[in-house]
Amino acid sequence: MTHPTPLATRIGAAPPRSQTERIGRLDAVGYLICLGGIVRRELLRFFNQKERFFSALVRPLVWLFIFAAGFRNTLGVSIEPPYQTYVLYEVYVVPGLAVMIQLFNGMQSSLSMVYDREVGSMKVLLTSPYPRWLLLLAKLIAGVAVSIVQAYAFLAVAYFWESDIPVLGYLTALPAFLATGLMLGAIGLFLSSLVRQLENFASVMNFVIFPMFFASSALYPLWRIRESSETLYWICELNPFSHAVQLVRYALYVQFEPVACAVVVGVGLAFFGMAVVAYDPGRGIMARRGGPAGDNT
Amino acid sequence: MSASEAAALLIEHVGHRFGARAALDDVSITVERGHFAALLGPNGAGKTTLFSVITRLYNNQTGRVSIFGHALDREPSRALARLGVVFQARTLDTDLTVEQNLLHHASLHGITRNAAKVRVGELLDRVGLADRRHDKVRTLSGGQSRRIEIARSLIHRPDLLLLDEPTVGLDLESRADIVAIVRALVREEGLSVLWATHIFEEIADDDDAVVLHRGRIVARGRAGEIGMPGEALADAFRRLVAEPGRAAA
Repeated sequence: MTHPTPLATRIGAAPPRSQTERIGRLDAVGYLICLGGIVRRELLRFFNQKERFFSALVRPLVWLFIFAAGFRNTLGVSIEPPYQTYVLYEVYVVPGLAVMIQLFNGMQSSLSMVYDREVGSMKVLLTSPYPRWLLLLAKLIAGVAVSIVQAYAFLAVAYFWESDIPVLGYLTALPAFLATGLMLGAIGLFLSSLVRQLENFASVMNFVIFPMFFASSALYPLWRIRESSETLYWICELNPFSHAVQLVRYALYVQFEPVACAVVVGVGLAFFGMAVVAYDPGRGIMARRGGPAGDNT
Repeated sequence: MSASEAAALLIEHVGHRFGARAALDDVSITVERGHFAALLGPNGAGKTTLFSVITRLYNNQTGRVSIFGHALDREPSRALARLGVVFQARTLDTDLTVEQNLLHHASLHGITRNAAKVRVGELLDRVGLADRRHDKVRTLSGGQSRRIEIARSLIHRPDLLLLDEPTVGLDLESRADIVAIVRALVREEGLSVLWATHIFEEIADDDDAVVLHRGRIVARGRAGEIGMPGEALADAFRRLVAEPGRAAA
């Protein structure tokens, strides 16, 4: 590294600090700038990591092309709302797989929160002057933006397979994806406050992602599960992921499912509230547990 | 004291415990406006905990912290808006370019994109890395990354800069660059600085200095006067941290 002149002398004389103009703003416009910046960073990171994009796409496509095709004859699906007629198994699983993308993405965002905390970039985010709940909300919205891009990329491929979704459905599903993404992201955000180290994340996969996905209406209608076990049926019925799938399933067929919507919004708010408490500097888990990982004091 | 004349950083009787362990115990430090203050302490002294409290990563359990008269617990937004921080760990996003990293940070402070681009140009000139603006951070050396982190911490024109062992792991030349940049900011722009370190070459005799050991302040004063007459700062430091609780100066 060569410097033509010493660095110190290149720093020009500036006005005294009392005269320098503050360039940031702390009002609502400033917050929107902050939100935009956080979403932009998340999207930049996502598109920079091409392998992440493809693996996010490949997972549901494997389910659709292989699993669903294989089970097509075994798992016949009879008429039930929102479907008007008998549907192929491939058609049935598409909404569930789209929400599965959001589930994985919610957990991936949570994983990146834990990683950010370990490497310290979380500290940088939290030095922003905006209220912490607004920063967490921005982080959540950024993750949801990525998950919606992924879900629609999957739907675009599924369109050429056998998805049977009306064109208007792609539009009406957008608010549903937003709500389900926020709920799953909020669950992930809360989990990220509990997971102290990245290594513990495998247990999140085993104890959260897989049970949520399999004990839901994503892969099979719940009346079929009820035929085998009443208990399991109720577990699936109480699983918020089932409601997320149903909300999106109905929305894709231009219908609204109020119970699913209420559950998704309610669970989303509850987990977001808990995440805000967990990240609160006074009451937070971080303060009690001995500070953020990586601190050496 | 009115906000217009308050100290840049006022830490009063701050304590913080993790379970049974006291990480900070009755710590009081004042950084005057336009001063360069050094926070000295061995590893484990509580420097990073103190920085976490000042940056409101977690609240101090006792005592109070205020930045230019804005109490951190009552007016966190106003306090944090005047604070720039360079953390000990590298915190740039290595997959993004220098400019993308800086613009992201500008947005965290509500700076419009156009204003931020102008500011990024000024700051990259200042840290001597204007030619690396569109390079990915992963292509930078350790010293260059640190200079970018300093630029980043200044993007919202803070009046108080905290640096947590910013030169650790750098070669001599890079270390000298970082020190020169920050000292020039103090001298020419009136920036107030709290610089945590255990490298004595970075401290001048007339800097304000505080020695932290096992969460307590064991000495304070002008760096050149911390030790006993004729005693070098390094020797005084070794003596102080070897005998906790004994205060000099």
